Amino acid sequence: MVDSNVVLWGQTIAYTFYCLVIILLMLWFGYKITKTGKSNVVRPAIFYTFVGFLTVLGVSLHIITYNTIPWAPVDLNRGDYNPDKTFEISVANHEFILPSDKLVINCNDLVLFDVKSNDLTYGFGLFRQDNSMVFQMQVVPGHRNDILWKFDKPGIYTIRSTEYSGPRGVFMVLKDAVEVTPCEGV
Amino acid sequence: MSFKNTFIHGTEGLFKPDSLTQMQKIVLRFVVVGLIYYGFAVIEGMIMRIYEVEQIPLINTNQFFAILTAHPLVGIFGSTYALVFGAFLFLTPYLMKKPLYSIKLANWSLILLASGTFIFWFAGFISHYAPLYTLYWPLPADFSQFSVWGGTFFILGIAILMVGTLFFIINIFKTIVYTPEGWEKQPSAALLGSAIGYSGFRNLFRKKENRKEHLVPLPVAAIARGTVDMVLNTSIILFTGVLILIYMLANILGVDLKESAIDALLYKNWFWWGLDLIADGLVLIFVAGTWYLIATMITGKKLFMQNIARAALLLELVVSWTVWSHHLLSDQAQPAMLKIVSGELVTAFELITQGLAFFITLATLWSARPLKMTNPLKFLLGGLLGFALAVPAGIMQADVGLNRILHNTQWIVGPHVHVAVLVGLTMTLYAAVYLLFPIVTNGAKLYSQKLANIHFWLHLIGGIGMGAFMGMAGLKGMLRRTLYVDGEFNLYMILAALAGSLLLISFLAFFYNIVMSVGLKGVIGIFTPSKLKTKELLPES
Repeated sequence: MVDSNVVLWGQTIAYTFYCLVIILLMLWFGYKITKTGKSNVVRPAIFYTFVGFLTVLGVSLHIITYNTIPWAPVDLNRGDYNPDKTFEISVANHEFILPSDKLVINCNDLVLFDVKSNDLTYGFGLFRQDNSMVFQMQVVPGHRNDILWKFDKPGIYTIRSTEYSGPRGVFMVLKDAVEVTPCEGV
Repeated sequence: MSFKNTFIHGTEGLFKPDSLTQMQKIVLRFVVVGLIYYGFAVIEGMIMRIYEVEQIPLINTNQFFAILTAHPLVGIFGSTYALVFGAFLFLTPYLMKKPLYSIKLANWSLILLASGTFIFWFAGFISHYAPLYTLYWPLPADFSQFSVWGGTFFILGIAILMVGTLFFIINIFKTIVYTPEGWEKQPSAALLGSAIGYSGFRNLFRKKENRKEHLVPLPVAAIARGTVDMVLNTSIILFTGVLILIYMLANILGVDLKESAIDALLYKNWFWWGLDLIADGLVLIFVAGTWYLIATMITGKKLFMQNIARAALLLELVVSWTVWSHHLLSDQAQPAMLKIVSGELVTAFELITQGLAFFITLATLWSARPLKMTNPLKFLLGGLLGFALAVPAGIMQADVGLNRILHNTQWIVGPHVHVAVLVGLTMTLYAAVYLLFPIVTNGAKLYSQKLANIHFWLHLIGGIGMGAFMGMAGLKGMLRRTLYVDGEFNLYMILAALAGSLLLISFLAFFYNIVMSVGLKGVIGIFTPSKLKTKELLPES
């Protein structure tokens, strides 16, 4: 499965490139409008082409991500999947209560995290040892909060609340609480 | 003139508060209040930037989160609303060529806005009430973490502010439709229809020869349509405030109301719907209208594709009512249909509506070249660039796949929120301030062009730089609305703080420039009653 780090790298490159282009374009525009030019007329055809381009861009972004980011279709249709393992986790009084001290996952398992809040709105996120994010979801009281995730790389992950729940929420960190065992043949 | 003389009397003694009409004074009072609260927001921002790197001994964690709660509210309501109210209470009658409906109501808007902001800010400062924007039920009513009295005054401050906003709304709509004394009866219904876009919409289905003329200028249509969103969001914020107050008063009286009586997800949907009417509604509509106005005033030309621009404003209004669900893409109980239709597709429409406004403004400027690079023009270009950077960042995070790894990270609040607000919105407002300055001051001269240039470049570089470094931290996993006590992201936070300090310096340069332009006596004179009793906007020359 494509890792979330790979997706973020792709996004970084695409957005940085866009930023550089638009900044240079605005600098060029700022320079050119102070000068006399051949023509001051902007043809409506250019305008309509631009509108068409934005429409295609806005829609295609979601089509591309749906077809290239592996967790997107899984997330929207998670009722259709059978998880290899389910962890039922509850949260109350700014503390995560796990089914065991450490959540051990076999490599290549599809895992369901089912998190229930007994008081406030929290978040549930998994983070790598370099603090980068694997995934997150909101944990809303009175509702089911579940996420399916396939782990195809070994590693140790930290659980952290990803939503503000008052100043005490800062300390909602369970370091190295999730371990994915080494994959066969690796 | 000596420094002392300039400081007291303003540049060349040109600014004379006694020559100002009531309307000019009101506008300038709004500007002063808006700039003071902007100063609050910048200083708070810097405190938080430093705190993210190294916890300051004088400030405890609760105080930090109280600042985090007050900061955006002071920035949006205390500063941006003040500047917008001042500008639009002047521009609406100016463009409609008739006096403002009620000067008294405008003054009350200012008093309520300034006092309401101060009350909630002070309540947060003293009591450390910090539920952030009260989005996440039942946090606003969690009295094990927050003082119920602090919360009561906090919400009361917000409510006072919202009443001031309602007065502004009434004043704007009444100004559009009312008939001034001694005038021929104005077609109120037709004016209202034109302002909110109904007549323009009907025109789409009429034959060319039967199409009716627009009765209100395009910028007034933008003001009116943004104000429609303001009606809705003000009602929601007021209603929610009352709801929270009920829980607070019950707690004070010793009654423990069940928090679970309110569905947390429904509350979140409701409140985000209301807040998004600001962030993805009136801000974008007001900004587009302001771009059009400034571009036409700078160039003296008609707006490029103005019928399309009108239609886009109406479309933006509809988009703003149906776009909120992109804030709930990480809420697993949120229906998938809402995530895709409202969260992804409707949000993508903002790329189109804002892109249209961007193109139309640039094309209008292009049609009048060569132009002189004046302060309003350069700040307008800065504002356009800000939205050109921030809107695509927002579209990216409003995606089911990408939101899973971006939600609540510094990416959201950096390249999207701060670049949109600080670079896009604030630079657009600065463009309007520089443009209107000679009009509302009866020809006062700017103290220093060098300072205006410093203001521009430091604000632009600081705003984009801060957003960029926050974004880099977000992509590396740094969350917003929390603290990293082990300094995990210090490199990015130090760089963001350095960029933030450029914003602070740029604001100080601007503030100093304005004070030296009008002089200390001039600043005081703005707050004394006008000697001209006319309801006209400008003195008769």
